Parts: sequence; structure tokens; C-alpha cells
Amino acid sequence: MTRKKRRLYVLVLCLLGIGTGSALTLTALEDNLAFFQSPTDILEKPAGDRNLRLGGLVEADSVERLPDGASIRFRITDTKNAVAVVYTGIVPDLFREGQGVVAEGRLGADGVFAAREIMAKHDETYMPPEVKQALERAGHPGGVVGGTTR
Amino acid sequence: MVEFLNMGGYAPYVWSSYGLGALFLVGMLLTSLRRLRTRRDDLARLEAARPRRRRDGAEGEGAA
Amino acid sequence: MTTAASFHRFANPARFQRIGDLLLPWLFGATALLLGVGLWLALVVSPPDYQQGDTVRIMYVHVPAAWMSLFVYTSMAVSAAVGLVWKHPLAEVYAKAAAPVGAGFTALCLATGSLWGEPMWGTWWQWDARMTSVLVLFFLYLGFIALVDAFDEPARGAKAGAILLIVGVVNVPIIKFSVDWWNTLHQPASVFRLDGPTIHSSMLWPLGLMAVGFTTWFAAVAIVRMKAELAERRIRAIRIAQIGRE
Repeated sequence: MTRKKRRLYVLVLCLLGIGTGSALTLTALEDNLAFFQSPTDILEKPAGDRNLRLGGLVEADSVERLPDGASIRFRITDTKNAVAVVYTGIVPDLFREGQGVVAEGRLGADGVFAAREIMAKHDETYMPPEVKQALERAGHPGGVVGGTTR
Repeated sequence: MVEFLNMGGYAPYVWSSYGLGALFLVGMLLTSLRRLRTRRDDLARLEAARPRRRRDGAEGEGAA
Repeated sequence: MTTAASFHRFANPARFQRIGDLLLPWLFGATALLLGVGLWLALVVSPPDYQQGDTVRIMYVHVPAAWMSLFVYTSMAVSAAVGLVWKHPLAEVYAKAAAPVGAGFTALCLATGSLWGEPMWGTWWQWDARMTSVLVLFFLYLGFIALVDAFDEPARGAKAGAILLIVGVVNVPIIKFSVDWWNTLHQPASVFRLDGPTIHSSMLWPLGLMAVGFTTWFAAVAIVRMKAELAERRIRAIRIAQIGRE
């Protein structure tokens, strides 16, 4: 009985130790664990000529096709600050104004972010198109939780 | 029917996901059942070959 | 004391075999029914998503696989703890039987996630916190499987494996909360959240049925694999006894 109890205590102590250790490590690594930075992050802490990921919403009415026909220019916003992005290539199916995006690339000296890759983000709401339309008619343009379509 | 199979243009992604799921569920079940059958046959052969007196109440002989 | 100990050691597996045999037909029947209706709802009845169209149907495989990968690992870690503290004879049998199945669920989750990420996000794979922590879970499963077999003496392998399982359990909350603690490409939880699911009921039903079907399937396969493992242990015990007699 006592041996079982001792084994149980050792186990609980080990779990507490592992838990605290991981929590401390993860807190220390906080910045490195973020997948992307917001426009505000990037403007406040310029990273220089380094590869990084910029995430936010595609600003409304900001998407324009450049004269070369293959490139687009738009702004990524966190509603506080916005960064202009230039990208050449095919964008994901979900890419549209108001949609969450992550752009991977470099911030140029001119303040324009040259993206190598564009990824679209979507939120955690799933519903049929008819429900979405009904919600919009009822005056909830965003859907259930901060929706993203126009 | 064609529309159903087309999955709104995403057929390769949707159907390979379901294909992989089915492959795993069926494959894992069949290998597990086959494993059980071979082990059981092996065990039956071994126990049949053992001396008679050892078979009654000798469940735990391996641990002794 | 010796009789009590040997009873504890062998009565439990015997009782397990009896209960398992009783449960198996019901579990197989329930699995067929749940997955049958679940697939019908998932592929035919449920609507496409307003944003993601028909790719949302990948969710009905991807999300149950993800839940199972976490559930199986957690159950193995609990069983490892029970095995270490109370020396329950079935604990290590369960962990060994469940590990390849859990690894398979994790691989299925990663593969279907890729197949969903490419058309919607525009990428097969990214090192964000959610995806990386699930990949770590996959390696924990593989590590456990390799470690258990790495010792000549099965008891030592089981003990080393149990310790790995218990240490690795910290990864479970990390996977669950990665999407809340850090910004990720993967969106936050849709079902298990404090303010209730953000999935329309027409999509929640097939998801729920598929998830319960995956669970009953896992229970059935786990029982079959545990029976095979118990038979293997008896074979080993008999062979060792034969060598001892020669």
C-alpha cells in the first residue's frame, strides 16, 4: 500500500515538474511560436531585410491588378495599421477583400512587402450559404463570429 | 451524379481524404483480425503439444 | 499473498477476454451503422460551406481523426500511469495494442489536413504551432512503438514506454490550445469551445456521427489487438517454460 502511494506521489511530482518546465519554456519562446506578425508588429519593430510572415485582413477596396497582368497589389491591415503588399502568382481560392491572409516574404526599404507566398485564413464558423444569406438579411453581416466575406 | 462526384471542383482533395480514411479503417481492422487469428492458432498448437498434466490450472506457469 | 497476486495477474485478462468477446459484435454493429449514416449525411445530405464549398466535407474525416489521435494518446498515458503505480496487468497490453492505431489516426489527421489546406489555405504544410505539435504527437507514437520493442526484457520496454507516454502528455494541452495561445494559420476550435459550437447543425450531425463511429471502431480494434497481444504473451510464456524444461 505504501509503495503504491509512494509511486503515485513520485508520478504526480514528475507531472508537476514536466508541466511547469514546459510552461516556462513555451512562455520564453512565445515570440518564436507566433506564425505571423501583424502590420503593427512589423512597423513598430522593423526586422530589416529578413524573411517574415505578415498576417491580417485584406483591406477593403485595396486589391488592384498591376499592369504586368500577373501581379497584384493590396494592403494587409490589422484595423490599426496597414502594409502594402505586392505578389506575383496565383492566390488561394479563399483570397478576397476582408479575408484573413498570411503573406510570406520581405519588407522592402520602400515599405512595400514583397510576398513570395500568399496563404488564406478562414475562421472557425461553418454554415450553409443559405444560412449565411439569412443572417445577412437579418442584419448580421458578419455571420455568427466575426465573419469575413463581403 | 456527375455533380456529386465532382465535389464542386474539389474532387481530388475530398475523395482522396475519404479514400485514405477508408484505407486506414479497413486496413487496420483486417491486419488486427489476421494477427489475432495467427496468434490464436499458434497458441492452440503449442497448448495441444504440451504434456496433459500441465494444462489444468497451469494458467500462470510462464510467470513461475 | 502469492495467491492473491497471481489471481490479480491472471483473473483480469481472463475476465477481459470474456467481456471483450461479449462487446465485439455490438461494437462492430454500431460502427457499421454510425459510419454508414455518418457517410450518407457527410457526403450527400449536408450542405457545402458558404466559404469553403465542398471541401468542408474533408472535415468529417479530418476532425474525428484529430480527436481520436488525442483521445487515444491520452488514454494510453492514463493506462501507463495506472500500470506504473498499480501494476495493473492490462495497462501495458492496452498501450501496446492502441499505439499503432493512434499513430494511424494522427497520420490520417495530418494527411487530410494537407488535402484540405492546399485548396483552402493555399499550402500543403506550414510550421505553425498547431501543425507542428500534431507532428510531434505522431513522433511520440512512433517513439513509443520503437522504445517498447527496443528491450530484450518486455517488462523493461513497457516501463520505458510508459515513462515516455507520461512525459509526452504535456503535448496534449499544447495541441488543443495552440490555436488560442499563439497566432496560427489553423483557425481556433469550432466544437469544443466555451460559447458553444460555431458549426451549423446540418454539419454538426455528420461530424458527431462520424466521431462516435470512429470511437466504436477504435474500441473494437483495440479489443481485437489486446486479445492478440495477450495470446502472444501466453505463447512467449509457454516457450520460456519449455526452454526451462529442456
